[in-house]
Amino acid sequence: MKVMPFYKKILMCASIVVGLLALTACSGPTSSNTVSVSGAFEFTSLDPSKNGYVFSRMQVLETLLDVNEKGLLVPALAKEWRVSDDARTWTFDLRDDVYFHDGSLMNAEAVVNSLLIAQSKHGALKKAPIDSITTAGDHSVVISLSRPYTLLGAVLANYANSILSPSAYGKDKEVVALSGTGPYKVFQFAPPHKLVVEKFDDYWGKKASIPYASYLTGHRAESRVLQAKSGQADIVFGLDPASLPSLQRLDTLTLHSNPIPRTIVLKLNSGHRFLDDVRARKALSLAVDRQGIAKSVLRIPGSETEQILPASMSNWYLQNVTPETEAAAGTPESLLASLGWKKNAQGMLERNGEPFELTLITYADRPELTTVATAIQAQWEAIGVSTKVEVTNSSAIAMGHQDGSLEVALMARNYGFIADPLGVMLSDFGSNGGGDWGAMNWNNSEFSADLMTLEHTSDPVKYKEIAQRSAQIIYDERPMIPVSAYVQQTSVNTRIKGFRFDPFERSFYLNEMEFVKP
Amino acid sequence: MKAMLLRRVLQLITVVWGVGTLTFILMRSLPGDMAYRIAASRYGQDNVNSEAAALVRAELQLDQSPWVAYWHWLTDLLQFKLGDSLVSGLPVMDSVQHMLGHSLLLALSGLLLSVLIAVPLGLLSAWRGNPLDSVFMGLSSVIRAMPVFVVGVLLLLLFALNWRLFPVAGFGTPAHLVLPAFTLAISLAAVSNRVVRDSAKQTFQAAFYRFSRVKGLSEWQTFRQHGVRNIAVPVVAFFGIQLVSMIEGIVMIESLFSWPGIGHGLAHAIFARDIPVIQGSALVMGILFVLLNTLVDMICLWIDPRGVKA
Repeated sequence: MKVMPFYKKILMCASIVVGLLALTACSGPTSSNTVSVSGAFEFTSLDPSKNGYVFSRMQVLETLLDVNEKGLLVPALAKEWRVSDDARTWTFDLRDDVYFHDGSLMNAEAVVNSLLIAQSKHGALKKAPIDSITTAGDHSVVISLSRPYTLLGAVLANYANSILSPSAYGKDKEVVALSGTGPYKVFQFAPPHKLVVEKFDDYWGKKASIPYASYLTGHRAESRVLQAKSGQADIVFGLDPASLPSLQRLDTLTLHSNPIPRTIVLKLNSGHRFLDDVRARKALSLAVDRQGIAKSVLRIPGSETEQILPASMSNWYLQNVTPETEAAAGTPESLLASLGWKKNAQGMLERNGEPFELTLITYADRPELTTVATAIQAQWEAIGVSTKVEVTNSSAIAMGHQDGSLEVALMARNYGFIADPLGVMLSDFGSNGGGDWGAMNWNNSEFSADLMTLEHTSDPVKYKEIAQRSAQIIYDERPMIPVSAYVQQTSVNTRIKGFRFDPFERSFYLNEMEFVKP
Repeated sequence: MKAMLLRRVLQLITVVWGVGTLTFILMRSLPGDMAYRIAASRYGQDNVNSEAAALVRAELQLDQSPWVAYWHWLTDLLQFKLGDSLVSGLPVMDSVQHMLGHSLLLALSGLLLSVLIAVPLGLLSAWRGNPLDSVFMGLSSVIRAMPVFVVGVLLLLLFALNWRLFPVAGFGTPAHLVLPAFTLAISLAAVSNRVVRDSAKQTFQAAFYRFSRVKGLSEWQTFRQHGVRNIAVPVVAFFGIQLVSMIEGIVMIESLFSWPGIGHGLAHAIFARDIPVIQGSALVMGILFVLLNTLVDMICLWIDPRGVKA
């Protein structure tokens, strides 16, 4: 028998190892078969009620209904839906041949199971006036309501109400595996930074052409800009506006600026003794130099806004309002003087020996808020109002609202969280003087009645009429002071084609993307 | 040696109890409502409200008295259970393993590279003296004065952006480790080369060192037989201490390079009031501190056996 020499054995072993490694490298995600996405947000959990926005954007999860770019509901896992004449029964007919990532077929029972679990967790579905969610045959789901609720469709389109396979849940309804129905399935879940998804061949809709997609959290804006410049990331969201000129010079990148329904607003405690008169709130609003903040602090000229909702949400946007409209009420000085405020020797306002002092809280999750807060501090000081800025956690706003300690808060409010802005308007203005992220100690019975009416108004003309009236009341009474609208800055590498931006930030539309052939 | 090891085991038990208890007290004394903080981290800034906080409070029984909570933690600890994260619901052990594994990898690579940079440069400075010494000392002062973040960005600009040799951020392949490890190494070497240089200078000027040259040993023989061990003792002790402070102090590097280390994880856990994660991380780091100190002491004893008598 011929014995193989030692060095040949070594060589053979080495080639097997190299071959195996090469095979592994070829079969897994590489830069040539993966579209890489970078953004600022982290994720810690598989549960859609907590981090569903990440999985919905990466197209792992889908909902019964989808939202198009205009904010209108369109079919998704439900191919059609009907509302009964009394507006209390919604019937959803499910799409056929929809497979979960675990290989099982989606049916009405699985959908009901998912929705009942979502209803038991934190989210908008919990607050909806639902009597029951039941199956009607194998491919229909019926939701019965205790009262008409036009928002239901938009609520079902929220990421927290994504449909998962029954096998995705553990014994305590916790999500143990993310078996959704999207064009991509989870390949690697490494919280809090990295998520890799792989294309799902049995997807019911447009199948992905790019085999893998990865999401990496880039905490620092500088780091994300470098990822875009170096080509490590194909799509980078949340670019710092200051970096845009240098990125524009690169012919490997295309830049997209898209307005999103998120607004920087000041929440005022309208029950505070200094702020309970609308003239005081108007004076503070007039003293804010929105144009200056948009141009010099945020570096997005034109993003200044007088209204809390963006122009894209036309039902709620007042066309006749200009920066001059509010100025007709007077100047900040004249309005405050009419309330008995007088400037002291230091140029600060006083009334009955009491200085006009406010505490403004904000949070550092969005770095621009702290700089905007200090700009507002300086602008209010110019009219004699002394402001103490406290940078804390976002939850301090909800807490301050509940315990009544909040005076003023600066925040970035997402009005597209539920595709129909009525959802956020109801939670911000609908109950008892306001909501955690909305008005505080501000009551307007006409406004409250209008919001309640909208909950069951399906006639679009009537809906717009009431919404416009509500928007006018908010503008006139200033329980919140809008400062600036958000613009999402995104860079896309030229090796990718088919990118489109979702203003409701529900999807990255990865399945529509392709690599440009060299 | 046995006595030292026994002492260290006792120290370990005290550290485990002390760190856990202290973390518990400090976290409970922080202002703000825990339920709101946890809800903000769980559901995100857009979805945190008083209902979410109430849900968290009920689910995690945050209304129970601190004594009951402390007792639960202590009894779990005695059964070697670290509990689940209040934010993600995942076992603390898994998160700590994931984060600490990455931190250790980064810290050890950084430390190794810093040894490779600092030792030759420090020895060269001490051996050749001025003007080289002044140049190296000036350079290390400049690097030390720069925030580690700036060093990282400079390396990124050169190696990731200009020459496209390494990725900007992320983890999972050896290439991802290079730039964060070098950033850490350069920043560490700027201090440790001074320790090496001072220790070497002291040894080179010592009477016993000069005497060995007088008695006829070559420069290399003198260095090998009388220099290495004497220089090594303070240097090894310094590197050991650096390693521990490094594991918790590399938050900036972890943030810049999206590296999922314990420094970054701990900072987020503190913002979120995720007490089990904070306790678990602090506990493991405390244990690591004692173990590394023991290891350093053992190496020092091996290098310089005179310590045994002391």
